[in-house]
Amino acid sequence: MHTVIQALILGVLTGGVYALMASGQTLIFGVMKVVNLAQGALVIAGAYLSYSLFTSLGLDPFVSILVTTPVLFGAGAGLQWLFLRPLREQDRAELSLLVTFAVALGIEGVLSVTYKTTYHTIQTGYADSSFTAGGYQISAVRLYAFVLSVAMLGLLYLLLERTRFGRAIRATVQNPESARLLGVNAHAVAAVGFGLGAATAAAAGAVYGLLYSFNSGSHYDLISRLLSIVVLGGLGSIGGSIVGALAMGVIASLVAALGPPIWSDFSFFVVLLAVLLIRPRGLFGASLRGAL
Amino acid sequence: MTLPGLFRAALFFAALTALPFVLTAHWIVNLGVFTLIYAGLASAWNLVGGLAGYPSLGHAAFFGAGAYAEAIYFQHRDVGADGLTPFFVLPLVGAAVAVLGLAVGWIAMRTRSDVFAIVTITLLFVAQTLAFNLNSITGGSQGIGMPGAPFDVDSYERPFYLVLVIILAFAMGATWAAMRSGVGLSLRAVAADEQRARGIGVHVTGVKLLAFAVSVGIAGMIGAVWAYYVSFVYPQFAIDPLITIGMVLMAYLGGRGTLWGPVLGALILVPAQQYLAYQYGATQLYLIAYAAVFLLIMLLMPRGILPSLSHLLRRRAARASEPADQTPADAVPTAEEMVR
Repeated sequence: MHTVIQALILGVLTGGVYALMASGQTLIFGVMKVVNLAQGALVIAGAYLSYSLFTSLGLDPFVSILVTTPVLFGAGAGLQWLFLRPLREQDRAELSLLVTFAVALGIEGVLSVTYKTTYHTIQTGYADSSFTAGGYQISAVRLYAFVLSVAMLGLLYLLLERTRFGRAIRATVQNPESARLLGVNAHAVAAVGFGLGAATAAAAGAVYGLLYSFNSGSHYDLISRLLSIVVLGGLGSIGGSIVGALAMGVIASLVAALGPPIWSDFSFFVVLLAVLLIRPRGLFGASLRGAL
Repeated sequence: MTLPGLFRAALFFAALTALPFVLTAHWIVNLGVFTLIYAGLASAWNLVGGLAGYPSLGHAAFFGAGAYAEAIYFQHRDVGADGLTPFFVLPLVGAAVAVLGLAVGWIAMRTRSDVFAIVTITLLFVAQTLAFNLNSITGGSQGIGMPGAPFDVDSYERPFYLVLVIILAFAMGATWAAMRSGVGLSLRAVAADEQRARGIGVHVTGVKLLAFAVSVGIAGMIGAVWAYYVSFVYPQFAIDPLITIGMVLMAYLGGRGTLWGPVLGALILVPAQQYLAYQYGATQLYLIAYAAVFLLIMLLMPRGILPSLSHLLRRRAARASEPADQTPADAVPTAEEMVR
């Protein structure tokens, strides 16, 4: 029982970080109907940025996100403006997959050239410290990472629900045509939406760099998880992607604790396949598709 | 196929077959082998991605499945005195991978367009994870070695090349047969509007699963030839996202849904890709160069070369046949174009 609860705690903490990455992915899909295959590469880019700031200036990753989120916001908006805006409406859904994949390869190339392909980690002073509560071990880094993710998700929620701009985004998600007729600047919303998605990747990347060792090729592993999460949750539903992320974290960590660790990552994909068999739209796809 | 079409195909394959006997330099035949690998893969992908409109990003997993099937089978077996046994088992490998494809397609093809692309690319990464982790079968990151082929050193690449020509002919033959028959019509109906196609009685599930199985079966056979050619199979090379992207990009560049488009795309892109890898491979700069080429193609020619060309020719023909004072029908913007 102790093992199970310990695994549950770990799973929820990990799932929270993935929820942050996946919510950015979902936001981009919701605003533009674009599946962003570069989301994983953006997370890794964020991790490298935080790594550089930590090793050169000694900035703690939790502080450096104040720098990295605006940088990646700009990069994301720029990518949208340069590469996705010119695609014609009727083949955007398909071509955007390829274009964002090309962007991911480009980012991987730039990172490999800049940092080489050896593995890096952000080794802070508190990297190995942990708390004990009721007999359960909670690693400090994971707890901070979880808290940051929840805070960022909260900010995102406030931005979408409480601001004029958030209303424009939600209007675009629900009905792009009417939103345009009502004076919403579709190009600006798309650019800012993509920027916001990339900004969540920056925050998640700082945390990712603290938790795992990474190199420029790590985005392949990340993107497969992120895509499974958003498909599990139902494309376009931020709530669904959070549930999907937590489910992935918990399932993977339970299997790792109770069964052979090799199968922990794989177990989640089995669940995904099972869900697709029963419900091809994903858990929340039917009622929430297109709604944020 | 029209008579000129048949003649064109015969000429193309005759020239293709003659090439390694005329130009015998190792680097040329080696380039030919890789061009044929991708031409075959792109043609196979085109059956599902072009004709049926299901943009699979997971085909590299089946390429890898074929490669592993071949390597595992011949790991401790002899390739025969003439070294041809690995080629004779190709139909078996293809059939096995096709059956695997039926099972995967049955689940994956419950989803459509972008979700299908996501599910298949996820499958690709799952397959790679499996190849890394199933140490007892795949050897993990250590990989599996195959016995080397006992071919003559001077023309070592030629048997591989010729087998790949046969596979390409098979892939193009399957595409041609599909385009000419009711199957192709059904596939195009699925691509245009699956619900309506089902409504008017098209066997939607049957034809798209058939296309998927044949397509991945061909990819598996090509993977098996590749495994024998490189004689060492590692997870990161056998199940590589770049292979998926290569075949998709070539089909897009040449024109997806056309018979010759994927081959044309491979003829242009593979030499370019090999040159980039040769020139910048050591520094990883080739990834950036490759991404840049990729983006340019997508942005400048989203419909592909052949469809763009035939569109241009048709317009020119229409303009020539119309009297000068009349506006050709094509020049009148449609309502859709005017809105945009």
